[in-house]
Amino acid sequence: MTALRLLNSIHAPHHKNTAGKPIADMPLPSVVKISMSQNIGAPCRPLVSVGDAVKIGTVIGDSDAFLSVPVHASLSGTVKAIETRRNAAGGDETVVVIVSDGKGEWDDSLTPPVIHSHDDFIKAVRSSGLVGLGGAAFPTWVKQNPGKTIQTLIVNGAECEPYITSDHRTMLEDADNVLDGTLAAARELGADSIFLAIEENKPDAILLYRELIRKRQLTGISVFTLKARYPKGAERVLIEEITGKPCPAGVLPASLGIIVGNVSSLAFLGHYLKDGRPLVTRTVTVDGDAIAEPKNVRLPIGTSLRDAALFCGGYTGEVRKILMGGPMMGRAVYSDELSILKNNNAILFFTEKEAALPAASACIRCGRCHKACPFDLYPMLLTEAVDRKDIESLKGLDVMQCMECGSCSYVCPAHRPLAFSHKLGKILVKEAADS
Amino acid sequence: MKAADTAGDPMLIVNASPHMVTKQDTGRVMGSVLLALIPALLAGAWYFGPRALLLAAVCLITGLLCEGIWERLMKQPSTLGDLSACVTGLILALNLPVTLPFWMAAIGCFTAIVIVKMLFGGLGRNFANPAIVGRIVLLLSFPTQMTAWTLPGRAFTADAVSGATPLAILAEDALSLPSLTDMFLGRIGGTIGETCVPAILIGGAYLILRRIISPIIPVSFLGTVFVIGCLYGALTGQGGLTMGLFHLCAGGAFFGAFFCATDYVTSPVTRGGRLVFGIGCGAVTMVIRLFCSYPEGVSFAILFMNILTPLIDRYCVSLICKKGNKKNESRQK
Repeated sequence: MTALRLLNSIHAPHHKNTAGKPIADMPLPSVVKISMSQNIGAPCRPLVSVGDAVKIGTVIGDSDAFLSVPVHASLSGTVKAIETRRNAAGGDETVVVIVSDGKGEWDDSLTPPVIHSHDDFIKAVRSSGLVGLGGAAFPTWVKQNPGKTIQTLIVNGAECEPYITSDHRTMLEDADNVLDGTLAAARELGADSIFLAIEENKPDAILLYRELIRKRQLTGISVFTLKARYPKGAERVLIEEITGKPCPAGVLPASLGIIVGNVSSLAFLGHYLKDGRPLVTRTVTVDGDAIAEPKNVRLPIGTSLRDAALFCGGYTGEVRKILMGGPMMGRAVYSDELSILKNNNAILFFTEKEAALPAASACIRCGRCHKACPFDLYPMLLTEAVDRKDIESLKGLDVMQCMECGSCSYVCPAHRPLAFSHKLGKILVKEAADS
Repeated sequence: MKAADTAGDPMLIVNASPHMVTKQDTGRVMGSVLLALIPALLAGAWYFGPRALLLAAVCLITGLLCEGIWERLMKQPSTLGDLSACVTGLILALNLPVTLPFWMAAIGCFTAIVIVKMLFGGLGRNFANPAIVGRIVLLLSFPTQMTAWTLPGRAFTADAVSGATPLAILAEDALSLPSLTDMFLGRIGGTIGETCVPAILIGGAYLILRRIISPIIPVSFLGTVFVIGCLYGALTGQGGLTMGLFHLCAGGAFFGAFFCATDYVTSPVTRGGRLVFGIGCGAVTMVIRLFCSYPEGVSFAILFMNILTPLIDRYCVSLICKKGNKKNESRQK
């Protein structure tokens, strides 16, 4: 199946350099620093003290707040410190520092979840520590408990960001768990139609799942082929192209009867329902022109970005930019000492060549930004409105619909930072609404 | 708890996403426009002789010099790399009669670049199409030289013969009009770039296929000229279709529609706005051609619509905002 109505998109170079490389397991690092802020919503409170012995899977942090999930130790060893440091976004985060004992032992108390009811399932998913692994970090147990009738589950295997192939590799190497997790999620949601959304630049994955669906004689589930363009994997774009229902910002997909789940999250769910082991590792694409051997790495959450780079052959030159996530929406971070979070699907290391962006010049009003916007916004007009601090125009031009996908900035021949300006515009509108 | 080292690595660039941008830039966009102008320039050189190329070179170089010297004097960073001065220079050259003295062409370039563009803040801030204003200033300052038309003399073989443009002939004596084929191919009097329709179409099609320009303005501009031409021809008994085609191929309609009216900076940004702009250009052109003392009206029409562009934009944006606010209200319900 393909989309009825295509939203605007752009063609950015794919750079899927690591698509053909199997996921490599990284040897246990000597130390991990596990952040207590790994889900949207309130951060967790550390539940361990300095000197405590922990094993893999031991709960080290949790919170009573809604939208939170527990955090687990990803190494066996000793809690050496509990620190506060600046996180990637510029705020503070609490990290639990665990020094490895080199044994890599799992916590004995972990058993496969026993599920008799929907509540059991939700409780189990919460205690697995699972959040959206595609980048959103939205707690999966909340998503699995929408309190609304759900017809459609969309499994997001689009992976439209350049460079990133961790979802692609997971789809290829862990297909049975992807399907098991998907079927379990759909069953609990009551969804009767499932779409596996995959971009057409992954023909191996498309074939594999068509084959598996046939072999396992599954019904109500089909592969949905997306154009290999950016940002086809954005939740709101997926929903509109697959179901034909527009999903503006501020409308929960669940209220349209739709849930979108990342393919790696569902693969984890498939594993977890069998062995009960919580989320302590994840697959990350390590790439960029500053990396000697780009590859996909399965590593403990909390591993430092530097350790991950060293495992991939180290740096080839002076690193000038480090991204957590892809080049379109990823965050540039200030140090390689920060650690991998549950929702990091990629770390990219760039030398000057890739890191430096051309200087902005005057807007020539060519309108390419508008043609690139999936939601038909007018980036050049929005940017003018931001410069004027014109709240009324910002509202009228619907700045809140901007998901900051960066397509407008990408295509701008004057290289103007349009998406960044929209970010400011959204803050202006929110501030005006608050005051 | 103790604070960890948060100094960060001073070598790392930390900026907002995206971290990847297209290789396309303003210079390449303008370069494509230059490329698209080449067929019209070559056709001009073929019909009107090699002086057409010299005149184009004078305009290009003067354009670049004006912008470069101005920026040097004003201590502004150089923008020569965006090639917009080249585009302005070449479009102006193609809008001139081949016999125009070089120094007059240079004055036109100075007007276009310094007065219309740089004084208003450079590329992106000019209120009107620089080349169009340059041409109009020349037309008003040197009316004799600017209307000294040369009939195409099969270039390098025979001496060019002077003669009138079809529109000027129409104004005086409609009986001796050139054939439509000659007009289509460009074997008529006119400016260097405006007479050969196929050459203009090649350039225009290239720009549309490369998505440098949208077809809305050229199509609505030419469509309006054609429809009004047909109506006028039918009403005056000169033959509807013939007059429609005559007005399409005469004067600078094709050149103006593809290369002047589509200037990003001085045309509306919304699709609806562009439609209004194109229709306006066509209508004003025909009003001037049919009812005014000037035989040709494309330049004035484009200038007129350039000046209306902020108004059109403002109206279209207010419509977009109204729609956006309505959507927002319905979402909140």
